[in-house]
Amino acid sequence: MTTKTVRNVHVRTTINGQEMEFLVPPYMSLLDALREVVGLTGTKEGCNDGNCGACTVDLDGRIVDSCLVLAPEAEGKEVNTIEGMATPQGLHPLQQAFLEEAALQCGICTPGFLVAAKGLLDNEPDPDEHRIRHWLAGNLCRCTGYDKIVRAVEKAAKA
Amino acid sequence: MVATFEPKQEYRVIGTRPIRHDGYDKVTGRAIYGADVKMPGMVWADALRSPHAHAIIKSVDTSEAESLPGVLAVATAADMPALEGKEVDLGEGTVNFKWASDNILASDKALYAGHVIAAVAAIDRNTAQEAIKRIEVEYEPLPSATNVAEALADDAPVLLLDLQGNDLGEKVSNTNMAAHNRHELGNPEKGFEQCSLIVEREFTMQMVHQGYIEPHNATAFWDEEDRIRIWTSTQGAFPVRKQTAGLLDLDESRLKVTPLEIGGGFGGKIPVYLEPIAAILSRKSGRPVKMVMDRKNVFEATGPAPGGKVRVKIGVDDNGKIIAATSDIYFEAGAYPGSAVGAAEQCVFACYDIPHTRIDSYDVVVNKPKSAAYRAPGSPQVAMATESVVDEICEKKGWDKIDFRLKNAAKEGTRRADGPIYPRIGLIETLEASQKSPHWNAPLDPDPDNGRKRGRGIAAGYWFNVGLKSAVNLSVNEDGVVSLVEGSTDIGGTRASVAMQAAEVLGLEAHEVRPVVADTESIGYTDVTGGSRVCYATGYAAFIAANNLADEMKKRAAMLWGIDVSDVHFQDGVFSSKTDPELNLHFRELAGKLGDTGGAVTSTGSVDLEDAGGGFGVHIADVDVDPETGKTDVTRYTVVQDAGKAIHPAYVEGQMQGGAVQGIGWALNEEYYMENDGVMANSTFLDYRMPTSLDLPNIETIIVEVPNPIHPFGVRGVGEVPIAPPLATVANAIHDAVGVRLLETPMKAGNIVEALEKENS
Repeated sequence: MTTKTVRNVHVRTTINGQEMEFLVPPYMSLLDALREVVGLTGTKEGCNDGNCGACTVDLDGRIVDSCLVLAPEAEGKEVNTIEGMATPQGLHPLQQAFLEEAALQCGICTPGFLVAAKGLLDNEPDPDEHRIRHWLAGNLCRCTGYDKIVRAVEKAAKA
Repeated sequence: MVATFEPKQEYRVIGTRPIRHDGYDKVTGRAIYGADVKMPGMVWADALRSPHAHAIIKSVDTSEAESLPGVLAVATAADMPALEGKEVDLGEGTVNFKWASDNILASDKALYAGHVIAAVAAIDRNTAQEAIKRIEVEYEPLPSATNVAEALADDAPVLLLDLQGNDLGEKVSNTNMAAHNRHELGNPEKGFEQCSLIVEREFTMQMVHQGYIEPHNATAFWDEEDRIRIWTSTQGAFPVRKQTAGLLDLDESRLKVTPLEIGGGFGGKIPVYLEPIAAILSRKSGRPVKMVMDRKNVFEATGPAPGGKVRVKIGVDDNGKIIAATSDIYFEAGAYPGSAVGAAEQCVFACYDIPHTRIDSYDVVVNKPKSAAYRAPGSPQVAMATESVVDEICEKKGWDKIDFRLKNAAKEGTRRADGPIYPRIGLIETLEASQKSPHWNAPLDPDPDNGRKRGRGIAAGYWFNVGLKSAVNLSVNEDGVVSLVEGSTDIGGTRASVAMQAAEVLGLEAHEVRPVVADTESIGYTDVTGGSRVCYATGYAAFIAANNLADEMKKRAAMLWGIDVSDVHFQDGVFSSKTDPELNLHFRELAGKLGDTGGAVTSTGSVDLEDAGGGFGVHIADVDVDPETGKTDVTRYTVVQDAGKAIHPAYVEGQMQGGAVQGIGWALNEEYYMENDGVMANSTFLDYRMPTSLDLPNIETIIVEVPNPIHPFGVRGVGEVPIAPPLATVANAIHDAVGVRLLETPMKAGNIVEALEKENS
């Protein structure tokens, strides 16, 4: 089979704190591996070319578009996705703020925004509005006009 | 008959801002969208698309693809049923199924780059993608026409040889002009003779895309009984069923459509694209087949809003009254007839009371994807024209821009140019709120200290909104929580706004009504989530269902208390005896006592609403324009809009903000940039430049509430109105900043520099 003439690659990685391993074709993106192989469909595909941010994940503390990362590149790294953001104790303050501030409409971009915003607040707990807008400029939202998203991030930063 | 209401001012649930019911799933990644669907044995399919904007398909050879290991089925137009002559009325105009079928899978000609020629199902997505490369297609490329001027030229290539154009009732053949309509009121030519100033301008607008972040998707399974199950992200499960059944020539009841969460639509997820193909591939492969478009496919082959030309001529007298107005509207329908030009006719002069009007509209077929609805379809383009001309008249006469609009504003009793007489509308109140707004009254420094020029613009806009059919089922749980089943897919918070209307009636909290969006076998027929109709019409159905439920509960209370049902009173969630003050139970308490009173308590509400009550908005923008480079930034923006009654104000604000920002993108950046060969050059999000968070200020909102008399809570649709004013608002602000009037969209930097150079030379 043409697509199977290439040998699968064994990847060992940590996803949302859980060590795991999986086999993927070497050309498979981290996005497809998360969604199709690992079964974590919270990370969304909007463009598959790094321009919408719907597939944003945290890779070893860096915010990346998972459609632009090959799955084998996750070897030995820590991947954090939207599914890892809430704990059994409750929602992350950003998730709670998004709900309270009505910062989502259709919700398809929401996981990417939340992961990206967490990446900001983890490193800069008190960003101003311009910094938030600058940081989130890699994530497209077509429903909200960003206003309520920015306010939700500001609120979570103060929480 | 249309029921009219005198809405209350005080509500318990309506007007509050509860957390939406589907919110937790959507902030945790648990919500299941169409692309997340997985079925046992599911396989993937992909489509081969035409690289040519216009070409005869001479042959399609799929043998190499079929022989690729892992390929399970191939589909071409030959697999679609012959639908010659079949036409079906979908409620918003008839659909010629031959053309609709050809748009799904091209038969004799490819009419736009991206047009599907064939599709392959294979064991995985990659194999499907490899297989389509092995399909051999022999094309005979033809000259293309990708805009109105090219398509209407004498030597234009004709796209649809079987198109019979309708030119004011005359049949025309060998043409790309599908339709030419006219509305006339009074005597415009005589009217212009009474005017002291007449301004006439022609605007050219490029095609734009809805730009939803979620690509189209569909999963289908065709079973042994010739029943088809479809899982998809759509604005309407029932319309998907109707369209797909029509295209596959099957009875509708053979199809069951399950709507998944939908990642944006704005009108673009009403038509089907992938569903019939996935179904055919499933029939041929015996497997559930999933298809997901890539972004290039979405741009090249799905639902744009028409570009075109709009000419507007408005005449005023010295008293500041508009006496006459005419408009000629040319819209790009895309490859098949049916642009939003009819809606544009209704919107072009909708904000004004004008005694003499003429509107001519033209639906023109071009080698671009078939246009679809996009948020107030047709209204932004004509508002750009009308509101720019109104602005110019005010400038030339030295009139206040809001006073002039107030003096000429449409109101209850005004006859619109295309016929209807307005019921109670809220344009005047919206203009007055704009006049009092902090933004309009804030001082403006025309020369901010950044090398730029600053200007302020204002414009109004209208959308008529629609009613149509909705169904809601309710059932009572033992703990008093009410399950609400609806057919309206939730694209931006309508589960909450529909549930809140039922909760208001029942005296429950918002979270005590649990809304579920159901498949086509679990709820009565419900029209699309579109036309700003869900909160209005499905909310109305929820209101009826909730009242019916309360009536059922009254019967149970009467039974428990051994009194006559006419003696039971229900108010604010409490059932009580009109005669015995001892007898009273809250809805929740009664729900817990239903045990032996006769089984489940359920109710339904069903509506088919002819009218909806239109909505108006007024927008104010401040822009900074760099005269050297033309770069324009919106520095402050305010949306003022009549919502009738805001059920969940945060989501009303969200609609106002989101619509405004889509309009800002349309105004400044967005366009289908076509190469000479008719192929879109900017089919990625990088090049099709939608606004990012960094491009925008916060969007201020002022909700005006002039209750809609034909809705029990006074609701007016709010989703679409806010995209109507921004194009003209930004254009007028640019003019205020640098003194040039842009007669085109997008008003990108280069166009502004050119306009400035022309002005200064």
